[in-house]
Amino acid sequence: MSELDNSAELKTTCLYEAHLALQAKMSPFAGFMMPIQYEGIVAEHNAVREKVGMFDVSHMGEIFVEGPEAEAIVNHIFTNEIRGYQPGKVLYGMMCYPHGGVVDDLLVYREFEKDHFLLVVNAANIDKDFAWIQEHARDFDCTVRNESPDWGQIAVQGPWSEKTVMEVLGYKEAANLGFYEYCNVEYKGKRLILSRTGYTGEDGFELYTTPENTVEIWNRLLAAGVQPCGLGCRDTLRFEAGMPLYGDELSQEISPVMAGLGMFCKYEKDFIGKEALLEQKAGNLDRKLVGIEIEDKAIPRAGYPVELEDGAPVGTVTTGYHSITLDKSICFALVDKDFSALGTPLWIRIRKKTFPGKVVGKRFYQTKYKK
Amino acid sequence: MSKIIEGLCYSESHEWAKIEGNIAVIGVTDFAQKEMGDITYVDLPEVDDEVSAGEEFGALESVKASSDLISPVSGTVVAVNSELEDAPEKVNEDAFGAWIIKVEMADASELDALLDAAGYKALIGE
Repeated sequence: MSELDNSAELKTTCLYEAHLALQAKMSPFAGFMMPIQYEGIVAEHNAVREKVGMFDVSHMGEIFVEGPEAEAIVNHIFTNEIRGYQPGKVLYGMMCYPHGGVVDDLLVYREFEKDHFLLVVNAANIDKDFAWIQEHARDFDCTVRNESPDWGQIAVQGPWSEKTVMEVLGYKEAANLGFYEYCNVEYKGKRLILSRTGYTGEDGFELYTTPENTVEIWNRLLAAGVQPCGLGCRDTLRFEAGMPLYGDELSQEISPVMAGLGMFCKYEKDFIGKEALLEQKAGNLDRKLVGIEIEDKAIPRAGYPVELEDGAPVGTVTTGYHSITLDKSICFALVDKDFSALGTPLWIRIRKKTFPGKVVGKRFYQTKYKK
Repeated sequence: MSKIIEGLCYSESHEWAKIEGNIAVIGVTDFAQKEMGDITYVDLPEVDDEVSAGEEFGALESVKASSDLISPVSGTVVAVNSELEDAPEKVNEDAFGAWIIKVEMADASELDALLDAAGYKALIGE
C-alpha cells in the first residue's frame, strides 16, 4: 500500500471537518488523514453501483505543465500518446523509469489554452512526481507548477451521477461529455473542471475546484442525499473494475507490461522506459499480473502466497476481496509468467489452508461507462 | 456503547465464553464486531479439532481485513455454528447470539485468567 508511516506529519484535505461531522472512520493514507468509511463499505459500495456516491479525492495531486514545449516534455515522460488529442480530452497512462518500472500512473488533461496540460497524480507520489517532471523538463521550454494544495476534488460516481451533477449543481454541460472528456465551468466565479472520469467502473464525474468551493459542493450534494463514500469502497470498486492501485499493482518494480496495461503504452513514439517495456513485451519478463478466482468464500489478501498444487510458490496476491458485487472471492496476483494463462489452476494459501482457484480475466466487473 | 452481558467470561482479544457445565460456548463481542465492520466470512475449525487457550482457531473476515479468532480455553471442538458459513452477517447483527464454536474444556481453571463483564468493560474503555 502506498501509505506513509505514521511518524510523518499527516496532512488533511479541505473536507476534513466535513468527514468528522459525518463521524467517518478516519485513517492515514498516502500522507493524508482520510475517511475510510462512513456508513459501511458494503452500503457505500452498493450506492455507487446502483445509485450515486461521492468521494473526497482532494488528496490527489494537480501538476500543470505549460509552454511552447509542454507537449513535447509531457509526451516524453508519459507512456500514452498525447499528440493529436484534442483540448477537452483526458488520457490515462504512466510515467516510467528507464528500466520500465513505474514512477506513477496518472491522467493527462489537454487544456483548452494552447500548450497547457494538467497532470493528475497519486497523492502519495506528488513530491516524487513533481521532482521527476521538473528534472526532465529542464531542457524544454516550459514551466512546471505543483498546485495540489490549491485544488479540492470530489468524485461523483454511479448510474445517477449525470442526473446529480445536472440537477443538484446545475451543470447541463454534463450531458454532452463523453467518457474521458471534460469541460471548464464556473462555481462562484472560480474555475471548476468537470471531468467525466473516475475510479469505480461506473459512469461518473470528477470535479476539481477551489477548496472553498469543494466544501460547498460537498454539502450541497450531501443535502441532496448523495451517499458519502470512503476510501474503503473506493478500493473495492476499482478492484472489481480491474483497475490498478499504485503501490499494489504498479510500482517501481511492477511495469505496465507486467500489469497488463500495455495498451496505455504507445511504442510509435519515444518515451522514458520504452526500450525496457518493448523487451518485456517481447517476452523478456518473469512475472505477470493475473486475476484469480477461488471457489471458497475465504478471502485472499495482499501478501498471501500463490502456489501450485504441490505447494511450490509461484507468486503473491497484490489485492484481494470477497467481491461485494459479484459475491466471489477474487484477487489480483503477481505470478510467474509460465502460470499466467487464463484457466491455469493455482492455489492460494490462506492461513493454514490452501484453496484451489484458477486464472481469470482481471476485469471482474463489467464496467458501465457512458460512451 | 457496545453491549456487554453479565455472567460471561471475556478474553483480552475480544472473545466471550459462556460456560455450560464443562462446555464453553465461544463467540466474539459486540465491541469486536463493531471494530471489524461488515463481516463477510467466518473461517471455522472442524468438530474434533483441538484448540488451545491463547491460540488461533479460525478467523473473521470483513471487507477490508481479517482478524484471528483466539480460543479463550483449551479443549476439543464439539460443535461449530455452520449457519455462519452462509450468514456471517449474523455476527454483526447479534454478536452474543451468534456463537462460533463449542469447546469441551480440558482445564476449567483456565477460566480464572479471563475477565468478567466489569473487567472487560474497563478494557474497552467505554
